[in-house]
Amino acid sequence: MSEIILEMKSITKEFPGVKALENVNLKVKKGEIHALMGENGAGKSTLMKVLSGVYPIGTYTGDILFEEKVCEFKDIKQSEELGIVIIHQELALIPDLSIAENIFLGNEQANKGIINWNETTLKTKELLTKVGLSENPHTKITDIGVGKQQLVEIAKALSKRVKLLILDEPTAALNENDSENLLNLLLELKKQGITAIIISHKLNEILKVADSITILRDGQTIETLDVHGGNITEERVIKGMVGRDLTNRYPKREPRIGDVIFEVKNWNVYHPLHSDRKVLDNINFNIKKGEIVGIAGLMGAGRTELAMSLFGKSFGQKISGNIYLNGDEVQFKNVSQAIKKGLAYVSEDRKGNGLILMDDIRKNISLPSLFSISRNNVINENQEIVEAEKFREKLKIKTPSIWQEAGNLSGGNQQKVVLSKWMFSKPEILILDEPTRGIDVGAKFDIYTIINQLADEGKGVLVISSELPEILGICDRVYVMSEGRITGEVERKDATQENLMKFMTKTRG
Amino acid sequence: MQTLVSMAKKNLRSSSMIIALVFIMLLFQILTEGILLKPLNVTNLILQNSYILVLAIGMVLVIITGHIDLSVGSIAAFVGAIAGILIVTYHVSTPLAIIISLLIGAIIGAWQGFWIAYVKIPAFIVTLAGMLLFRGLTMVVLQGQSIAPFPKSFQGMSSGFIPDLFGGGEIHLLTIVIGVVLSVILIFTELKNRRTQLKYQFDVSPTSVFVAKLAVLVAILLVFSYVLSTYNGIPNILIILALLILIYTFVMRKTIVGRHIYAIGGNEKAAQLSGVKTKKVTFWVFVNMGVLSALSGLIFAARLNAATPKAGNLFELDAIAACFIGGASAYGGIGTVPGAIIGGLVMGVMNNGMSLIGLGIDWQQAIKGLVLLAAVAFDIYNKNKAS
Repeated sequence: MSEIILEMKSITKEFPGVKALENVNLKVKKGEIHALMGENGAGKSTLMKVLSGVYPIGTYTGDILFEEKVCEFKDIKQSEELGIVIIHQELALIPDLSIAENIFLGNEQANKGIINWNETTLKTKELLTKVGLSENPHTKITDIGVGKQQLVEIAKALSKRVKLLILDEPTAALNENDSENLLNLLLELKKQGITAIIISHKLNEILKVADSITILRDGQTIETLDVHGGNITEERVIKGMVGRDLTNRYPKREPRIGDVIFEVKNWNVYHPLHSDRKVLDNINFNIKKGEIVGIAGLMGAGRTELAMSLFGKSFGQKISGNIYLNGDEVQFKNVSQAIKKGLAYVSEDRKGNGLILMDDIRKNISLPSLFSISRNNVINENQEIVEAEKFREKLKIKTPSIWQEAGNLSGGNQQKVVLSKWMFSKPEILILDEPTRGIDVGAKFDIYTIINQLADEGKGVLVISSELPEILGICDRVYVMSEGRITGEVERKDATQENLMKFMTKTRG
Repeated sequence: MQTLVSMAKKNLRSSSMIIALVFIMLLFQILTEGILLKPLNVTNLILQNSYILVLAIGMVLVIITGHIDLSVGSIAAFVGAIAGILIVTYHVSTPLAIIISLLIGAIIGAWQGFWIAYVKIPAFIVTLAGMLLFRGLTMVVLQGQSIAPFPKSFQGMSSGFIPDLFGGGEIHLLTIVIGVVLSVILIFTELKNRRTQLKYQFDVSPTSVFVAKLAVLVAILLVFSYVLSTYNGIPNILIILALLILIYTFVMRKTIVGRHIYAIGGNEKAAQLSGVKTKKVTFWVFVNMGVLSALSGLIFAARLNAATPKAGNLFELDAIAACFIGGASAYGGIGTVPGAIIGGLVMGVMNNGMSLIGLGIDWQQAIKGLVLLAAVAFDIYNKNKAS
């Protein structure tokens, strides 16, 4: 067990203006699951890109030893030949091709350029059995869920005779069940002698599967912890990541809750494509002034669909029901009406729905509120800059300037830009959909603080989250959804993970 | 110093195209032994390229929203044909005919915009269909024949010059006066902008850079008006063109509509969830393109003094090339009106220069193709280096 399979020695990698990695060392033992942890921007992904040859030899300094041989990778192909396979956060599968075609893409089972489909199918079946996926090899990738897609990626890695498997945030987009499956598979592969490096923000998962943990901070190696040595707690790891004790992960707040500010009654929504499929069934809920209300539920419970359908009918068809704002019935026919009447929606998909990545921070912040800084439709750009600067300071967005493209920011800072954008629109009600997904511990605390401030200003806040500790940590009241219905409402003092989970899994019939 | 470097970097793309344009002009100035920048030829350059530049203005908006329009040449031909029939055959008055023509352009734009924005058919397909449809309709209404000649009042739009109120003989005095007045306006607006920026305590370029930049701009403006004044003065079409460039640059840079157009091209979903009425904006961008195509068709018919079935052939490609040379991104979200104009001028000067030195149309085509590829390759190289 103690044989070293991989050693990275004093790796330094610079980008124009930033040192992403400085003298980083990493030792991975053969047959272990090694976790790489650190805040966003600590250099985890960069280090793995150096290892897999995405950044070729010459663009960094330092040595890589794999199975005691010095490696100088010019591209990914060379690292894959040695059995180092990386699975990126954004899956690299082609949606319209079948599972089999995807697994053997670039590695086709062919003779003189003619593909042998029988062999391809056969081998795919073998690989799928290994990863515990019972799907037809001819099924298209679009037709299976993200969890299964992740397994296909692993099957693809196995087809390349992988020795060292690198997983970048493999469970970020998965629900609890699928995550559990994936982690069990990793343990299974470990038994077969496959070494794995896993990057993740989910501490509980890491502590469950990892043998050792290397912590990076600001591009430097901080320490390597041996999990089996005992005494490794979540708090211990967080301390290494942020460089200080984070005794309270959720900032304290004295809620001052007022009257009902927002109420939804008998809300029904049908699927946008299948007009006979009811996605939301008779939803009733309310939010009070100064209150943080949570919506818990499993993937597919209809939480995002609820938020989007309320936000100017951005989801679904045949929508019926009533919305009351401060007691008066209102209608949001489209998004701009919803915004004007004081609704804001922070999407779960920051990059896809929240930001215009190629535009700078300033333009992103002002987009929904251009009317408020314009006269006769002409934008007062000077005022725009002043406002953007205000938010940069207030929310502590880490960036050289507001002229920075949103795409160049880390996840936590991107989320702060999205929050700035919706705070600038001066809403009464904020719906935050997975506000801390893919964000590191330090930035999470900042985001929670902002959410608390918003509630203290007397706004109504609705937080949708898949992480139960988060729901329990920041919400005053929790609604639980399952299969498009609200199955429970729990006050903060009565809420536990157990009783929420009971409502989350409550099915019809 | 650091701000200077970062400013230069930010403006590299736009300034590099201006440098390229100046370089190409100097090159042909030498190759043609000074003919290129003769007053007669400068005037010609403007007249020859006006209809492409009008199209490029509309096209860059379409490209910024992430679409493309292949039908503009055919629409220009069709509207030119309608104008010919109205004016020559039915003796409709020129102003009325122009208004009707522009309206027809708007209706055609609305027709295409409807399919693209609301039915969500890719613009490439809708406008490819439009290209065939309106080329065909042009031949139908013209019955395969040209219609000519137009009355002087209509021709004047393309080939007329502003009158010289002062009757200055050799030199067109009004042109000089306009040049001076514009220079003064330019100096005042720049100073005013700088003052407000200082009031907001923003970083501004150092005084020396500011003065130098302003001096160069004023010098270009004055020399340009002097050159024009030694021939026939300012062509009417230049006034139309200048107004269009000013208005569209302003709309794209300073107004909500402009910001919404960029937002749609940058990320349509995010724009929609930020309250941008994406369908409506896309629809109107195509209506606008229809109107400008119609205007381009009128200008071309007036210049040719005929409405012909072949009019507007391959205009769409010149207009699209102008946008891409001028820095627009094929993926949407990026591009500027002045950039498209400079891109159009690069193409125009090359056309004109290569014709002057007697290069055949065959080689002209080939070289233009390479320049387009080189410009975009340079752009992508720069972007990769930056990231």
